[in-house]
Amino acid sequence: MLNSQIKTDEEFFIDPQRCIGCRACEMACAECETNGQTSMIHVDYVDRYISTQTSVQVCMHCEDPACARVCPADAITKDEFGIVHTANTARCISCANCVLACPFGVPKKIEETQIMMKCNMCYDRTSAGKRPMCATVCPSGALWYGKREKITQMRPNSTPVNQFIFGEQIVRTKVNIMMPAGSTELRVD
Amino acid sequence: MAKLPVTSEQLIADFGPHKNYPPREGFPGRDEPDEVVKTHCCFCGMQCGIKLLVKNNRVVGFDPWEEFPFNEGRLCPKGVQRYLQNNHPDRLLQPLERVEGAGFRPLDWDSALDRTVAEIKRIQAAHGPHAFAMLSGVSLTNEKSYLVGKFARLALKTRNLDYNGRLCMVSAGAGNKKAFGLDRASNTYADLAHAEVIMICGTNVSETFPTLTHWIWQARDNGAKLIVVDPRLTPIARTADLHLPIRPGRDSALYGAILHQLVKHDWLDHDFIAQHTSGFAAATEAVKDYDLAWAERETGIEAAKIMRAAELWGKAKTSFLLHARGIEHHTKGVDNVVACINLVLATGRIGKPYCGYGTITGQGNGQGGREHGHKCDQLPGNRDIENPEHRAHIARVWNVPEPEIPHKGLTAYEIIEAIHRGEIRGMLSLCFNPLVSLPNNNYVREAFEKLEHYSTIDFFLNETARHADIILPGSLHEEEDGTVTTAEGRVVRIRRAVTPPGGARTDTEILLELARRLGAGDKFAFQSSEEIFTELRHASQGGTADYFGITYEKIEKNMGVFWPCPTLDHPGTPRLWEDRKFATPDGKAHFNPVSYRSPGEVTDAEYPVILTTGRVVSQYLSGTQTRRIGKLVDQYPEPLLEIHPTLAARFGIANRDLVRVVTRRGAAEFPAQIVETIRPDTVFIPYHWPGRKSANQLTSGHLDPVSKIPEFKVCAARLEPLGRPEPADDARNAFASP
Repeated sequence: MLNSQIKTDEEFFIDPQRCIGCRACEMACAECETNGQTSMIHVDYVDRYISTQTSVQVCMHCEDPACARVCPADAITKDEFGIVHTANTARCISCANCVLACPFGVPKKIEETQIMMKCNMCYDRTSAGKRPMCATVCPSGALWYGKREKITQMRPNSTPVNQFIFGEQIVRTKVNIMMPAGSTELRVD
Repeated sequence: MAKLPVTSEQLIADFGPHKNYPPREGFPGRDEPDEVVKTHCCFCGMQCGIKLLVKNNRVVGFDPWEEFPFNEGRLCPKGVQRYLQNNHPDRLLQPLERVEGAGFRPLDWDSALDRTVAEIKRIQAAHGPHAFAMLSGVSLTNEKSYLVGKFARLALKTRNLDYNGRLCMVSAGAGNKKAFGLDRASNTYADLAHAEVIMICGTNVSETFPTLTHWIWQARDNGAKLIVVDPRLTPIARTADLHLPIRPGRDSALYGAILHQLVKHDWLDHDFIAQHTSGFAAATEAVKDYDLAWAERETGIEAAKIMRAAELWGKAKTSFLLHARGIEHHTKGVDNVVACINLVLATGRIGKPYCGYGTITGQGNGQGGREHGHKCDQLPGNRDIENPEHRAHIARVWNVPEPEIPHKGLTAYEIIEAIHRGEIRGMLSLCFNPLVSLPNNNYVREAFEKLEHYSTIDFFLNETARHADIILPGSLHEEEDGTVTTAEGRVVRIRRAVTPPGGARTDTEILLELARRLGAGDKFAFQSSEEIFTELRHASQGGTADYFGITYEKIEKNMGVFWPCPTLDHPGTPRLWEDRKFATPDGKAHFNPVSYRSPGEVTDAEYPVILTTGRVVSQYLSGTQTRRIGKLVDQYPEPLLEIHPTLAARFGIANRDLVRVVTRRGAAEFPAQIVETIRPDTVFIPYHWPGRKSANQLTSGHLDPVSKIPEFKVCAARLEPLGRPEPADDARNAFASP
């Protein structure tokens, strides 16, 4: 899997506060040939009754991915760059363990093909030195891909955070969430 | 007779709108394209750079164009999906003629063109040249806009040519000409980056110009305070430091009240006002009574918030004010625009880095398309059709005697009124779908039904084209070379990616051939779009919108050139007014006094609710293109009535219940979407849909006295809850014309 074109100093950053709910990311993601018109990124209203606030969810690429740990068929692997790959179609038995285990609700079982699919951070693009498609097209900067020094310089009011507390469980991820400056973790519950 | 030849349901079955989706594995050849064409999105005034992937003369996909400086690869959902307008099953591939009771029948080009020309000649012989009108649009390139203007005046010989920019930015254009003597955004969006305060007035930036959001966020990262004036909590308003939820139709009261506070607190640039402006005393006199209590009563905004806005604006050292249709679609659209400009001039914050002002032009070529002569009162270079010197210049370029150029004609909505009066009997249109986009559109439809002849050039059979006698299949954005001018005033290159499919022809070819058959071929001997642009450059030379120094080569080398660019060695003008020499006759920027007046229609006991209209992120204008792209339709399939829970409770309306909305023009039913993000006295309906779901059945035909823009943004309505949700098949029928 080693590919010299992957820029190891570039990372993925999400700032849900900036999401304008336009769904350009979903449309662009679905265009990828490996996705077959199914988007691996999801935008939803938080509560349309009270606000136009939307939130965007992409695979967080966990350091110790629950999806891979619970997979009985070893279909999900994490590579040396920290990318947690979508299910190996030859191995996936469509048990949906990963769907239930993921703390972020990312993997989706595609009923039609009986395969789990999830974001692999546009491996086809990043392995060719390009940015993931969603972070390339996002018009508001809610999705951003590049160097940590650059985003922290550009957005002094925010800090990238990649540690999430779910009850007693700590989850560290490759993908960062932009939080108010000085934050160190996001407590989800 | 331009009535529908068969039912609209039958026409929809034959011509759509049908939803186009890409195949699951993508279009064949996408991964090995023959060509990757760097061009621009066909939709809004941002004109984002985009690469189209071409295989076997078909557009098969897109790629972000990350080097283009405005959007750097960023796109909205419409941009991502825009390539699907190509390869579309609804595409018109041959000329058609109306057959009563049968629909539309194919015919050959010669017969189609002959019939159109014969009808033009017949009507003009019987009723005079101006009885035949032309309607155009500003999704067209600069070249085609220029060509239409020349075609109408010299080939059709009619004065009655107008365009859908009349529904877009004419209020801004008129206001800018009054204040600055020139109609262009004063700055590029790069000047947003370090503005201390950004005031966004009546523009739903994140849904209508999504890629502009990035520039505003960048400013906020640098510490900018954001003020958003909008009756709704739009996605950009949600993020604002200060949201002023204004009552629709009361904008000039707010800006007058802010000017009042600037004067009261001496938040003024006295040197700038004294040296570079005129009219300050009259402008302040007009607002002397507009105190906070009055403003709160008129605008419905808390006095403290108005004061906070005045203070933020007044004390800033740098600022940027942006506005769009939200303040312009009014009977006082021009007043609202100059009231905003007064705030810019009072603080002297223009013509300097991070000190900016501009309207955000809505349509793809809303800027360039309003400069080069397919407006009823305009000649190329933003010249005045009634100005003898301007007429003489264009007569020289066109090589015709000056009297042969017709004088000022009627504006778009006035053309509809003139059809009703029997003064206009025939019509040629392209790039305009007035049955969806004009207000009071039952009245508009009745006008089209009265026409003796209607020919249209279009690529899809839109709702207005269904009423045509002859349909000439024209070209998409990606099928012709040309230029457009973005909302920043940047002239960019549109590149032909493919040729028109089947028997379709380019719009340019069709117009040139019609001109030849009308006996004006010698004036239309263009061999390419670039030749038209060359003539446009000469025609614009010396005008306020001077393109003389811009060439295709220069645009391509610099990824765009900002006009004015008067000489070939001129670098273009990204930021206007750095020299403080304004384009008015006295060289000064003009304050304009604005006394507040009410909207054309106010609420009363019979019609107690304010109705306002606008757009959603996944649709564009009248939807001719975007209602044919599957995922854009699925994202927001039909118009909803946004209503506040307080108002919904008063009428006993539950979420998703059907509500009949009634105005003095008509009635239509929409499912309610109950949200706290709208004023409790106002309901909102997006306007992209035709027929029974068209919001413009309800809107009013009251016009601004100067710009003649219709008052889409405010009218009085009554709500009649139907107490039941929409039947399941209703969405399917939503496209049917009545």
